[in-house]
Amino acid sequence: MADSLVPVLEAQEKMDTDKMWVIWGPQHPFSHGLWTLKLKIDGEFCVDADPIVGYLHRGWEKETENRDYARIIPMTDRLCYCASMTYSHLYCMTVEKALGIDIPEKAKYIRIVADEVCRIQSHLMWLAAVGTDMGNLTVFLWAMREREYFLDLNVKLCGARMTTNYPRIGGVRNDITDLFDRDILRTVDRFEKAMWDIIYLIDDSSVFVSRMRKISYLTREQCANMGLTGPAMRGCGVDFDIRRDDPYDNYDKVDFEVPVLNKETKVGDTYDRYMIRIEEMFQSCDIIRQAVQKIRAIGKNAPYRIKTPTKVPAGTTFGRLEDPRGESIMYLASDGTDKPYRLKVRSPIFTNVSCSKVMCEGVRIADVPAVLAQIDMCLGETDR
Amino acid sequence: MDTVLQSPSVEEITQALKSEFPAVEIISTEERRVKAKCPREISHDVCVFIHEKLTFEHCSVVTAVDYIDHLMIVYLLANYYTGIMIDLDVDVPDEDLHIDSVTDIWEGANWHERETWELFGVVFDNHPRLERLLTPKTYEFFPFRKSYKLRSQE
Amino acid sequence: MSYEYTSIRDFIDFPDPYDNPFTPFLTSNLPYDLSYGLWQIIGGTIAWLINVIVPGNGVSKWLLCDEVSVVFALAIFMLVTFIVAFVVVLLNLWMERKVLGRLMDRRGTMIGLKGFLQCVADGLKTFMKENTIPSKVDKMTYIWCVSLIVGLSCFVAVMVPLSQRWYVVNYDTGLLIIMAFYALAPFFILVSGWAQNNKYSLIGGLRAAELMISYEVPMLIIIATTSLLVGSFNIGDIVNAQDEIWLIIPEFLGFIVFFFCAIAECERPPFDIAEAETELVEGWQTEYAGMKWGLIMLGDYLRGSVSCGMVAIMFLGGWTIPFIGETPIPEIIFLIKAWFVFFLMILVRGAIARVRPDQILNLGWKVFMPLAVFNLAIAVLLKIGGFY
Repeated sequence: MADSLVPVLEAQEKMDTDKMWVIWGPQHPFSHGLWTLKLKIDGEFCVDADPIVGYLHRGWEKETENRDYARIIPMTDRLCYCASMTYSHLYCMTVEKALGIDIPEKAKYIRIVADEVCRIQSHLMWLAAVGTDMGNLTVFLWAMREREYFLDLNVKLCGARMTTNYPRIGGVRNDITDLFDRDILRTVDRFEKAMWDIIYLIDDSSVFVSRMRKISYLTREQCANMGLTGPAMRGCGVDFDIRRDDPYDNYDKVDFEVPVLNKETKVGDTYDRYMIRIEEMFQSCDIIRQAVQKIRAIGKNAPYRIKTPTKVPAGTTFGRLEDPRGESIMYLASDGTDKPYRLKVRSPIFTNVSCSKVMCEGVRIADVPAVLAQIDMCLGETDR
Repeated sequence: MDTVLQSPSVEEITQALKSEFPAVEIISTEERRVKAKCPREISHDVCVFIHEKLTFEHCSVVTAVDYIDHLMIVYLLANYYTGIMIDLDVDVPDEDLHIDSVTDIWEGANWHERETWELFGVVFDNHPRLERLLTPKTYEFFPFRKSYKLRSQE
Repeated sequence: MSYEYTSIRDFIDFPDPYDNPFTPFLTSNLPYDLSYGLWQIIGGTIAWLINVIVPGNGVSKWLLCDEVSVVFALAIFMLVTFIVAFVVVLLNLWMERKVLGRLMDRRGTMIGLKGFLQCVADGLKTFMKENTIPSKVDKMTYIWCVSLIVGLSCFVAVMVPLSQRWYVVNYDTGLLIIMAFYALAPFFILVSGWAQNNKYSLIGGLRAAELMISYEVPMLIIIATTSLLVGSFNIGDIVNAQDEIWLIIPEFLGFIVFFFCAIAECERPPFDIAEAETELVEGWQTEYAGMKWGLIMLGDYLRGSVSCGMVAIMFLGGWTIPFIGETPIPEIIFLIKAWFVFFLMILVRGAIARVRPDQILNLGWKVFMPLAVFNLAIAVLLKIGGFY
C-alpha cells in the first residue's frame, strides 16, 4: 500500500499544484488604466507578483525631441490627466532653470495655487478609486462630487477642466480671472467641511479600517531603497517632502507642515498610506489660502509672465517637483537649438508600481486592490 | 573615509568625493545640487560610497543621453535628510555599451535600468532581470537612440 | 352522453373550487381561486365556441370537467404566483437603484415611471444579446448550473407565502423546506465555478462555499430558536404566534444575526465575495454573458426578496399587525415589511465596504455563532419561564 503511494506523492510534488498564476489585467476592474498584474497565489495568499506595464508607451520623450520648447507644454498635460498642471509646471520650471531666468513673483504664487488645486483633485480621484476598490460606490461618487468643484476652479483659471495648458516658460498664460481668488477661498472652505462626510464614512467604519489595517507593511528603509515616493513614502515614516526640503517656486515662503506618519516606528501599513493623502488634502487647502493672500498682496496689475528666448543654451539640467503621486523629475539635455536634445521624465508611479511585488507579497487576494489603490495608478505617466 | 555622513552639505560631498575618488570630476555645484562626472570603471564603487557613506538612500533616475559617439548615463541620487541631489554622469563609449548595474545598491533603480537598456541599448551588467519593459518583446532596435529617426525627422 | 347547454352562462358558472374533489388546497387560496376563475372564463369561452360550431360534442364537456379544470387552473396558478414574485423583484431592483442613487447623491435610474422601466429595458437588453458559450468550458455543467440556480431561486421565491391565503404549499415544515432549498444554490455556484475553466470563476466558486459555511450554521440556529419559541415550523403558525408581540423583541440579537446572514445568503454587498468585482472581475459569473447573466441576476434578486420575506416572517410578524391581526390586504402588509427589510439592506450596501473572506469567516464563527447560541439560551429561558 505504502509503496504504491510513493510515485503518486512524487508526481504531486513535481506538479506543484498548489500555486497558480492569476493574471489581473490589462482590462480588469481593479487596474485603473491599462496594466497587468501577474499574481502567484497560494490559496488565498499572494506569494509573488509581477507588474507588467507598457501598453500605453507612446514614445513621449522621443516625440519631444521633435518639437520646439513652447510646443511641448500641451504634451505635458497628457502625461497624467489627474496631475496635468504639475507636469506642465515641472516642464516650464526645468526649461526656466536651463535658461537661467527668474519668473515674476505673481506667477510663482499662481503656480502654487494651481498645483495645490491639482493635488486636491488628484487625491480626490484617488479616493474615488479607493472606494470602488473596497467595493463601495458611495465613496466613489462623493469624492467625484467634491472633485467637480475643483475642476470648476480649473475652468475659471484657464478655461479647461483637465488638460489645462496653463503654465508657460517664464510665467503663466494669463492672470487669475476676476473673483477667482474669492471663488477658490469659498471652495476650499466648503471642501474642508464636506470632506468630513467622507472621512466619517470611511474612518468611522470598522470594515473600511480593518480592510486596510495590518496589511502590507513597508519600512522606511524599504521605501527609500525601492524608490517609493510621495504620500505612500511619508505614510511609512520617511520625513521628506520636496516642497519643504528642496523648495521650488516660492514654496519656501509659504508656511506649512508636511504630514508624516510613523516618524518614530518607521514602518507603515496600508491605512497609514491612505491616511496621509487625506491629511495632505487639508494641508493643500492651507497652502492655497496663504498663496491666495500673497497674490492679493502683490496686486492686480503685477506682471505674471516674462519674455523668454526660444533657444536654450547647451548643457544638462533637471527640475524636481512634488507631484500628487510622488517625486517627479524632468531631466533636460539641450544642445543650443530650439528643440530639446533629450527630455527624460521621471514618473513617480513608474517606480512605485515596481514596488508592487514587495507590497503584494503575503497579502490576501482580497487585499490586493486595497494595497495597490495606495499607489494611485495613472498609466499616462507610467508608460509615457 | 570611515565616518558616515547622514546629512552632508554640498561642500562635504565635494570634499569626500574628491578625497575618496581622485578620478571623479566635480563639474559644478549650486544650492542643493552637485554635478559630478566619473569614469565608467569606478561608477559602481562611487555609487556604493555615495549610498553608504553619504546616505543617499534614494536613486531617483537612471537614464541615458545619446551623444552619437558616446552615451552618457545619468544617475540622479537623492538624500532624504537634506534634499541635496547628486547628478552623476558616466560616459560610456559607443563601441562597448556596458556599465555595472546599481540595482544591488538601490532596488528602485531596477526598472530605470531596464528602461534605459530597452530604449538605448546600454547593457547593465549584473542586473537581475534585463528584459524589455515598455516596448514589445519583439523589438530588435533601440528607439531612443539618435540613429533611430522619427518619420518627421528624416 | 347528451346535455342541453344553450347560453354561455352555462359554461362559465364559477363553481366553488373547493367543491371540486381534485383541488389540491384544503384551505382558501387566493391565487388558486383567481386561476380557477380565469380558467372558467378561458375554458368556458373555448367550450362555448366549440359547442356553437359542433353542438353536443364531448370536448366542451371535457374542458370543463373537474379533473381538467384543476390541471389548467394549476398551470395558470403557477404563472400567477411567478409573475407576482417577479414583479416584487422588479420593484426591489427599482427601489435599490433609486435609494442607492440617493445615498450616493445622484438620481438613480430615470427612464419611464420614475425609472421603473429601466429594469424592463435592462431585461430586454440582456435578452437581445448573443448567447455565447466559451469553447473550453464544460458545456453541460456550465448551462445546467444556470438553470439550476435560477430555477431554485424562482422555486424558493414562489414558496414564500404572502399571507394566510396566498401560499403554494402549507406544510408543517414549511420554513425548513424553504431554507433547505435556499441553501442549495451555493453548491451549484461551486460546481459552475469549477465548470467554467476560469481562474476567477474557480476562486469565486470556492469563496461561495467558504461564505456558506460561515453563515449557514448561525442562521439555522436562529431558525431553530424561532421554531422553539413558537413550537412549529409552519410559517402560518409562526406568524400567528406574533399576534401580540413581534419576535424581534425577545430575539433582538437573533434578528441582527439573521439579517446579516440573510445578506450573506443572497450574496449582496458587502458580503458579495463570490463575485467581488475589483478582485475577481465578476467572480463565478465571469464567463456568463447575455441572457444567462441576466437570469443569474434575476435569481440573485429573487433570493434577495426571499431573504427579506424570511426576516419579515420570522421577526416582524409577517402579514399581521399587532393588536389588529389580519387586515383585508395582508399581502400588501407583508410586502411593505419585506421592502422595509430590503431598504435596510440597501443602506448597509451603501454604507460599508466589501468584507474580506477571512473576515467573514471570523464574523460567522466568532461573532454570529456565539450570538446565535446566546439568543437560543434566552429563548430557552423564556420557554422555561412560560412566556411562550
